Amino acid sequence: MNDLLDPLLLARWQFGLTTVYHFLFVPITIGLATSTAVFQTAWYRTGKAEYLRITRFFGNIFLINFAMGVVTGIVQEFQFGMNWSEYSRFVGDVFGAPLAMEGLLAFFFEATMIGLWIFGWDKLPRGIHLATIWATAIGTILSAYFILAANAFMQNPVGFELNAESGRAELVDIGALLTNRVALAAFPHTIAASFMVAAGLIISAAAWHLARNQHIDTMRPALKYGLWLMIGSGILTTLFGDQLSLAMVATQPMKMAAAEATFDTVCGADASFSIFTLGTPDGSSELFSIRIPYLLSFLSTHTFDGCVEGINDLQAQYTQQFGPGDYTPILWVTYWAFRWMIGLGLLHVVIAVVGLWVTRKGRMPKQAWVWKVAIWSFPLSLLAMSVGWVFTEMGRQPWIVFSLMKTESGVSPYVTGLEVLISLVAFTLIYGILAVVEVRLIIQAIRKGPPEVGEPDPETGKIEPATTVY
Amino acid sequence: MDLATLWFWIVAFLFVGYFVLDGFDFGVGMSLPFLGKDDTDRRVLINTIGPVWDLNETWVIVAGAALFAAFPEWYATLFSGFYLALLLILLALIARGVSFEYRHKRPDSKWKAWFDGMIVVGSAVPALLWGVAFANIVAGVPLDADHNFTGNLFTLLNPYALLGGLTTLLLFFTHGVVFASLKTEGDLRERARRLAVRSGLITIVVAASFLLWTGFAFGTFWFWVFAAVAALALIGGWLANLRGAEGIAFTLLAITVATAVLALFSALFPDVMPASNDPANSLTIENASSTEYTLTVMSWVALFTLPIVLLYQGWTYWVFRKRVSRASVEAAVAH
Ligand code: HDD
Ligand code: HEM
Ligand code: HEM
Repeated sequence: MNDLLDPLLLARWQFGLTTVYHFLFVPITIGLATSTAVFQTAWYRTGKAEYLRITRFFGNIFLINFAMGVVTGIVQEFQFGMNWSEYSRFVGDVFGAPLAMEGLLAFFFEATMIGLWIFGWDKLPRGIHLATIWATAIGTILSAYFILAANAFMQNPVGFELNAESGRAELVDIGALLTNRVALAAFPHTIAASFMVAAGLIISAAAWHLARNQHIDTMRPALKYGLWLMIGSGILTTLFGDQLSLAMVATQPMKMAAAEATFDTVCGADASFSIFTLGTPDGSSELFSIRIPYLLSFLSTHTFDGCVEGINDLQAQYTQQFGPGDYTPILWVTYWAFRWMIGLGLLHVVIAVVGLWVTRKGRMPKQAWVWKVAIWSFPLSLLAMSVGWVFTEMGRQPWIVFSLMKTESGVSPYVTGLEVLISLVAFTLIYGILAVVEVRLIIQAIRKGPPEVGEPDPETGKIEPATTVY
Repeated sequence: MDLATLWFWIVAFLFVGYFVLDGFDFGVGMSLPFLGKDDTDRRVLINTIGPVWDLNETWVIVAGAALFAAFPEWYATLFSGFYLALLLILLALIARGVSFEYRHKRPDSKWKAWFDGMIVVGSAVPALLWGVAFANIVAGVPLDADHNFTGNLFTLLNPYALLGGLTTLLLFFTHGVVFASLKTEGDLRERARRLAVRSGLITIVVAASFLLWTGFAFGTFWFWVFAAVAALALIGGWLANLRGAEGIAFTLLAITVATAVLALFSALFPDVMPASNDPANSLTIENASSTEYTLTVMSWVALFTLPIVLLYQGWTYWVFRKRVSRASVEAAVAH
């Protein structure tokens, strides 16, 4: 019973749950806002009805999703203070700044522009209306930058000094904070990964119709676009992921050791990357594994004869540096999360290449499984995204701010286990219900297909979009 | 004025923005059962705030983040201390936000009734609880030497705070109903005006008691100044509405909300969270604020962005200035 009401454990579950949940919607928003803007630009340039229909179709899905991103985001903003008040006191001086900048520079902007876009179809001149969706997209990307800069401080604290008197971290260099090397690498990686998720969604939706031989005029171009976007953003995600690995090894070597579950420091060919391990990933006994020699060395140092520090050495080193304690994250989580992220990502690039091949020059595969694979690319790319974050955040444990504060010291001291339990249950319930509603609505919107748009004006040849309302 | 004091007023400004803007769309949300005779009415009402509710709500996100950056101790104490109250606000805002977007996604009336219900509750709960929260901030709560809140939910539900909650609830309701009459046509517009006459009377009585109680218990010179303006604007707004001058009524009520919030912040100054058990434990502008450097950086950001924010948000209100008619809603596509 005591365990059940442990505020720390409950607060961690709550934070993990609500954040992973928020981040299901965020990449869709980031990726789909940009793609909707691209579609609308195509319509703006060519005036073709198909492009307007594609814009409306994906724009609608984007909005269903956006609502969830917004409402779950507010929870994030409040949660630091509610559940992690000691953490907030400790880092507020540093960490609050990027959050406030995000609000002032990005959230205001995107929340205003999205309203103009939804309701402005017949109220704004075409060009300005187009600009509002681009502005929304830019706003979402900007907000991602600031939040990642805040998160990067937790991975690799820079730009601050510890005030011995107050025991708090204090900002001394905002430039250093905003150009944290972890943020600079994590930002393009996350944005590119978000585009992969959007590509997955576009591919799925298009495949659903094409498999039924309907809406070919709109869904074929959408499919092509999605496949190319998947390949392009997949390659970028990989390249930036590689940069991120370097940054991670430099700042949190324990995370890489945990990602590979290597206990002893290994060099050169021995620094191999295991694709798959059977046995206990805690390393005590390995039954079977497929390994690529040198790859881990390359990932971590960009050389083939580099060394990767092992968990045992790092544990000893940290014990000396920070005092006794367990500095190893939960290995099976980090090990498998890292592999699933990379594996699913690479798989999607392959799927997209094959997809382009089988649909070349107007071909339409007849086999049902081809389309099934395509439809699965949305949930699976989203999964890659989520496990990537689970890896990043759980790989940082036991630290809430690496090397400065442990997660257990960050929790609110006076909030009772019961209170956290109540909120955890409440969030789980409402999020669960909303997940069902949201998924149904998105499926319904996909099934309905691209909406009809009006006839072109006989004089100007342009289509006048109808008024939209709630 | 030192930077920490400047930030105290910037935070006040952000909450003014939040309560003036989201306040009236809480009011529109709460008015659905009173004004929405049929589905089209309800849709008209929702569409009066459709393009702007999200940007209105963003003010609280920014206010929260500004609190975090400029007054970490205040943020930490307030948010962990008022835990369950904030949880309820969050749940309400979640339910309300998705409902605007989702209620028209299906034609069946049961589906819509569900979401209408969530809009009403999701608007009323924050309208009430924000008042309770601010009344408690002004009155003070028990804090230990590390500034942790040591009470519980029932500490917060004292008569004074409940009166504060009732005040914001009624004020936002009336403001929202006036907005509805400003933005609609025909029968709905007239019904909204008449409803605001009635709810306005109750609001005047309740708000006056709350302001007087606050004034006699915690009043400062500036509190009385702002409170007096709030009171005059409220009565003026009510009279303007009585005569059907909706625009003036809406503006005066906005001034009421703004000056009432400023009055509360003046009563609070220079504390940010007084300790009711021992003044030595109070959080003040001085001991709750960030360092000079952080405040300097944030001041630049705020002074650069806020005017631009006001410009583009003002422009949005301008773009959507037209009244929403039943005919236009029926003719339009639900996106
Ligand atoms: C579609 C999603 C996706 C795909 C295909 C990949 N990633 Fe990733 N990865 C993410 C989505 C993601 C993420 C969810 O967006 C993370 C979490 C934190 C972050 O910045 O991005 C992430 C984190 C993350 C981290 C942790 C950074 C840290 O903790 O400091 C590393 C080292 C990599 N990635 C490396 C890679 C490599 C080498 C990839 C391919 C070969 C790769 N990722 C593909
Ligand atoms: C959006 C993607 C993110 C996801 C999916 C995510 C997920 C998680 C998860 C699963 C944990 C739990 C780790 C554990 O307890 O073992 C965690 C911890 C944490 N994360 Fe994130 N996170 C994300 C981004 C962020 C960002 C951007 C921030 C800060 C700005 C942040 C702040 C924290 C904090 C403060 C904790 C410590 C609390 C805890 O241990 O549960 N996270 N996160
Ligand atoms: C744990 C830390 C996080 C906090 C405090 C947070 C806060 C918020 C808030 C308050 C909103 C609502 C904004 C509105 O009303 O328009 C929001 C939405 C959003 N957040 Fe988060 N968020 C977190 C994690 C993340 C991460 C890691 C990213 C990006 C990498 C992100 C990107 C976004 C974006 C792009 C939106 C707007 C689009 C949408 O609503 O879907 N957030 N977030």
